Amino acid sequence: MLRYLLSRLGQSAILLLIVSCVGFCVLSLAPGGPLSQFALSPGMTQEQLTRIADQMGLNRPLPVQYMDWLSHLLRGDWGVSYRDGQPVLAIIQRHLFATLLLMGTSTAIAIVLGSAIGIASAVRRGGIFDHTMTVMSMVALSIPTFWFGLVAIYVFSLNLGWLPSGGMYAVGNGSLADYLHHLIMPALVLALVDVAIWSRYMRTSTLNVVHQDFVRTARAKGLTRRRVLMKHILGNSLVPMITLAGLQLPVILGGALVTETVFTWPGMGRLFLDSLGYSDYPVVMGLLMASALLVVVGSLAADLIVALIDPRIRLN
Amino acid sequence: MPNPPPPEVVLSMKGLSIVLPGLRDRPHAVRDVSLDLRMGEILCIIGESGSGKSVTASAIMGLLPDAMRVEGGQVLFRGTDLLTLPEARMRTLRGKSVSIIFQDPLSALNPLMTIGAQIREVLDAHHIGTIEGRAARVVEMLTEVGLPDPPAIQHQYPFRLSGGQRQRVMIAMALALDPDILIADEPTTALDVTTQAQILSLIRAIQRRKGMSVLFITHDFGVVADIADRVVVMEKGLVVEQGDAAQVLRAPAHAYTRKLIAAVPGLRDADRPRDTEKPVVLEVRNLCKTYRTRSGFLSRVREVRAVDDISFTLRKGETLGIVGESGSGKSSMGKVLMKLIPADGGEIRFQGENTVALTEDAFRPLRPRIQMIFQDPYASLNPRFTVGQALTVGPVAHARLTRTAARRKAQEVLGMVGLDASAFDRYPHEFSGGQRQRVGIARALMFDPEVIVADEAVSALDVSIQAQVLDLLNDIQRRTRLAMVFITHDLRVASQICDDVLVMHRGRMVEYGPPSQIFRAPRHAYTRSLVDAIPGRAA
Repeated sequence: MLRYLLSRLGQSAILLLIVSCVGFCVLSLAPGGPLSQFALSPGMTQEQLTRIADQMGLNRPLPVQYMDWLSHLLRGDWGVSYRDGQPVLAIIQRHLFATLLLMGTSTAIAIVLGSAIGIASAVRRGGIFDHTMTVMSMVALSIPTFWFGLVAIYVFSLNLGWLPSGGMYAVGNGSLADYLHHLIMPALVLALVDVAIWSRYMRTSTLNVVHQDFVRTARAKGLTRRRVLMKHILGNSLVPMITLAGLQLPVILGGALVTETVFTWPGMGRLFLDSLGYSDYPVVMGLLMASALLVVVGSLAADLIVALIDPRIRLN
Repeated sequence: MPNPPPPEVVLSMKGLSIVLPGLRDRPHAVRDVSLDLRMGEILCIIGESGSGKSVTASAIMGLLPDAMRVEGGQVLFRGTDLLTLPEARMRTLRGKSVSIIFQDPLSALNPLMTIGAQIREVLDAHHIGTIEGRAARVVEMLTEVGLPDPPAIQHQYPFRLSGGQRQRVMIAMALALDPDILIADEPTTALDVTTQAQILSLIRAIQRRKGMSVLFITHDFGVVADIADRVVVMEKGLVVEQGDAAQVLRAPAHAYTRKLIAAVPGLRDADRPRDTEKPVVLEVRNLCKTYRTRSGFLSRVREVRAVDDISFTLRKGETLGIVGESGSGKSSMGKVLMKLIPADGGEIRFQGENTVALTEDAFRPLRPRIQMIFQDPYASLNPRFTVGQALTVGPVAHARLTRTAARRKAQEVLGMVGLDASAFDRYPHEFSGGQRQRVGIARALMFDPEVIVADEAVSALDVSIQAQVLDLLNDIQRRTRLAMVFITHDLRVASQICDDVLVMHRGRMVEYGPPSQIFRAPRHAYTRSLVDAIPGRAA
């Protein structure tokens, strides 16, 4: 187990290095570049631009720039934003919190609700509940998130006035209740599609388990249906879902760009788009590394949890 | 002399009929089945796959698939009709008064729970005893079924145990609450011969000790002869004969019973006539294969000698049987012959070449000349390929035949294995197990091979179907003069079809010679134990 962990960590480190290298090269190839922002300022001369480039170290060879950036990164210095001079790490932390709050909540809703619906559909396959949920998930999958978000704002904010139409907190407030008040609508809107997807996966996974011999054995022991479900079906049908949840992490981080825009949520998705627009490369690179790191951690965590649940993987 | 009082009937089935859903080849799974299970007896239900014997067992447990409906009849257990019992009452009987063990003990155990926890669950479900009492009972049961080191083994997961050990766990689970009735649904079919003999004698011993009634389901009259007091013969959902086991075996009344008894392969006395002038096709010298595994970080490399210094000679038109228990290295032997895994040492001389020394590229032209037949014909056929595609894809890929020629050849080969030409356009799931194995044989024959390696090719089939497939192989061999390596755990089968038999034990060859010598006058103790384990030898 320890050996497995060490080798996985080694692989992850190499992967992150490759991501950073490719990301850095691709960015430097992109047209425009950080200087083009300064070039827009009125009265800017070529001389001044060259001086700025010198100061920022942009006229050094690319490998030198990369090594410089990397060595700072490893020491915890992620650079400063070209846009407002703030430390990149602080910017990312702030937006990461917002994204994790929104996406984490909606994913948690999706997994819990989706699993429950999936299991219930599979256990009573072909019943009214199963058919209703099949139709409803098809509907949910077909609705564009931005449209659904706008409708939700129209109904609950404009007409009913129950919920705020955007933002993460009211200025001057910031209590837990205030956060929740702002969170509830975007989280539910985002969860809608995921609930549909998760319930379909979970239904299939459960159907595979329900017909296995050990479920028959469990019933032959005289266990109640409820106990057979909780003790024998649930665990086995969750195993493939955990890997899936780990793969879900990049989606979570890449964020709900559309939803964040609709609800003016200050998350990673919007930060990425804005930073690209300003050619704010330190922030873009920082975001790239932060997402890559979390993706690697996520899939590693999923594999470890699977190993924890399934003795066949843990002990072999 | 006064008659002894008739033994008490524990379970009485009267006119049970169960409807099959949808359009099947017959409307009823079982029809008008009546039988009595008496106190302290072993009653065997025997029949081929699809005869309705497992459905009968499920009906007693109240565990019929949702799609099947009871149309009529009664299942009386101590005077109560189980068929009309509400689910909540039926549940309290399951595992406590009536228990069941199944054919495949790996899939019948929850992979995520330790075996101890799975046995304790029976006690939990019926609220028997205290927490400590239940823990003690688990160890007691594991001891009773003869598992080694019960206090430790209770914490093992099913995948860590052998097939025989898993079946012992199932038995421990089924007997944890001393039920009145044990239903055993083909409990030894997935096990090899020696393990089968051990499980049979275990069931017999426990049954005698506890005076329990056992309903034993099987397709093998050899097993019936070993274990049954009385027997019920089922064919296509109907009971065709029932009576005292010894009497049914001695004087079967129904034609179907006679057919089943005749299908049980016996040990042949005479060897097949042989001709030492025949050219040698395959010559194996000092073949070795060692697996190296490492169980954890810093732990030492473990070596398993799967094939250890094996030599034999195979002539044109002859069959060599390789027999042994699971884990004896016989399947590794087959894989090394096919060059599916590399050998570590020794020689395999085939078509004038030492294939051990050849690179994969150099061996590829020889591949079509040596073909394989697998145990599970369903798993080895792609469900999305028609039989025609499955047969022609290989020869076309090897550019040995054009599409039209391959099609013609496939039709011819299908005829050879006794399948209709219409099979060409059908899918594997449309065939029965025996027919699928015929497709597997046809696929191997498409290449006109010199040698066929058959790995447990008939082990998954019913005894009666087994006999047909063996006849087919014999027939094909006579016509095409191909040589065969026949890997099996079943000595009866080996004696039917082999010119020579090689007995393997832990990778080593313990005996090698014609069947008459191996089976009638075994020299090695291991061979003797294999021969003694053959079911039905007492009869």
